[in-house]
Amino acid sequence: MTNPAIAATGLRKSYRDKNGEKVVLDGIDLTVPEGTIFSLLGPNGAGKTTTVQILSTLIPADGGTVRVAGHDLARRPDDVRGAIGVTGQYSAVDKLLTGEENLLLMADLKHLSRKDGRRKAAELLERFDLVDAARKTAGTYSGGMQRRLDLAMTLVGDPRLIFLDEPTTGLDPRSRRSMWQIVRELVRDGVTIFLTTQYLEEADELADRIALLDHGRLIAEGTAEELKRLIPGGHVSLRFTTDDALKDALGALGQGFVDPSDEDRLTLQVPSDGGVASLRDLLARLDTAGVEPAHLGVHTPDLDDVFLTLTGQKQETPR
Amino acid sequence: MSTLALALRDSSTMTRRQLKRLVRYPSMTVQLVVTPVIILLLFVYVFGGTLGKGLGGGREAYINYVVPGILLMTAATAATGTAVMVATDMTEGIIARFRTMRISRASVLTGHVVASVVQQLLGMAALVGIALAIGFRPDAGPVEWLGAVGMLTLFAVAITWLSVALGLKSPTPEAASNAPMPLVFLPFLGSGFVPTDSMPTVLRWFAEYQPFTPIMETVRGLLLGTPIGHSASIAIAWCAGLTAVSYLWAKKTFDKA
Repeated sequence: MTNPAIAATGLRKSYRDKNGEKVVLDGIDLTVPEGTIFSLLGPNGAGKTTTVQILSTLIPADGGTVRVAGHDLARRPDDVRGAIGVTGQYSAVDKLLTGEENLLLMADLKHLSRKDGRRKAAELLERFDLVDAARKTAGTYSGGMQRRLDLAMTLVGDPRLIFLDEPTTGLDPRSRRSMWQIVRELVRDGVTIFLTTQYLEEADELADRIALLDHGRLIAEGTAEELKRLIPGGHVSLRFTTDDALKDALGALGQGFVDPSDEDRLTLQVPSDGGVASLRDLLARLDTAGVEPAHLGVHTPDLDDVFLTLTGQKQETPR
Repeated sequence: MSTLALALRDSSTMTRRQLKRLVRYPSMTVQLVVTPVIILLLFVYVFGGTLGKGLGGGREAYINYVVPGILLMTAATAATGTAVMVATDMTEGIIARFRTMRISRASVLTGHVVASVVQQLLGMAALVGIALAIGFRPDAGPVEWLGAVGMLTLFAVAITWLSVALGLKSPTPEAASNAPMPLVFLPFLGSGFVPTDSMPTVLRWFAEYQPFTPIMETVRGLLLGTPIGHSASIAIAWCAGLTAVSYLWAKKTFDKA
């Protein structure tokens, strides 16, 4: 097994303020294999940004051992810095410089030669669709363009491990999709991505593994599929017009229960994986029994269900 | 590359960044030069006749007397701008980016200092140009001019490091614009506008021992041939001390943030 890009055990952080000690990270363990996308998912205030700040050497942890890109975070922060790239939640571009100057600034700070720096900047401007805006100051860029420039600046030194802290927060859907595309391309080149997001869809789209962070603790970790299996599975819901039809259907199918949320008690929920074969089988049985549902709906669990169930946020997020 | 070579390279990169920013945002520079020019014109044309008589001359004598003090005021005003620039910079995400890169930490601050010193020297050159146009008549040779530029550069470096530290300590850019304000007024409370022996005892004591006075006396001596005495060595000691303390203070504040 190769060295993981990130290996953290017992990571802790707390802040002191006027209300006393506030624990932000309460002993979290993380392992991120190289060349994968790992997503830290959680609501605002869960500790996602703090985690990124610690792993990217911005702030020290209070406890725990961490190795990032093979280097001990506490003892060799400069070696870690040499291997990582960070695109934070807030735009980290120099708004008074042009897009091109921002990239050349990064090239100089990465100690590339003038020629290599120019080549890299030109290549990134092309790749991130910023050629037309290259000579405009970054302050005039739209939100999506600034994010692209931001990520392009992160890529100047070809980091092997990239932290993306809520990279699409505040972006319109189109910019979000183009950001996703860029992230996928990076991983194809073997880069490891540590991504935080509050969008379940984003984690589901991109991540190989997802960890759910809530109140400074990891409450679940696994692939999107594994996480979805953690909560009650999918079902088919069948609505009938009469009580008799519902009883006949229940007899024909041999399983299911009446949906308690339907006041008329005419909806039957039947456990199902939602696949075509099982649906066909289900409909054939109903056909044989001579009952026809008025309405049929298929429900497969999504990360929303996982998230809401595990974080107990249902009340706060009316759906 | 050695650590020092890397630090120098990063510092020169950061200086270029900062100079570009100053060029992009010229209104600040203009304002920083215009203020001392207005003070110069005010003191020469409004107060200069009367004050010059007190010096045993007239308006012409007063121009010669007041220019060194206003040169320091030019540097101090520009340093105020530096504190604001630093405080603003610290609120930007790009500083967080720099902190996660393998670069010399102090280079971010060194860039601010060098660019600001360049800005101040240009401002002082502009002020001297205007002063010459309205009757400033120094009798300095090239060596004395060089000495004066050297003294003013030392002063600019010292006061800029102090401003950088003050800027880093400020919670907001607005607060940063107030912190270095007293520096702008120190030439008044020294030998900048009138000789200290005309002041009441307590004020005179302060005026004679505060750091701006020996610096102004040294510049005045170099440009106009007035006696310098121990002022030069005291001035250099003040600048070196202020630079060292401010540098360490700024660096510590930046590392901790």
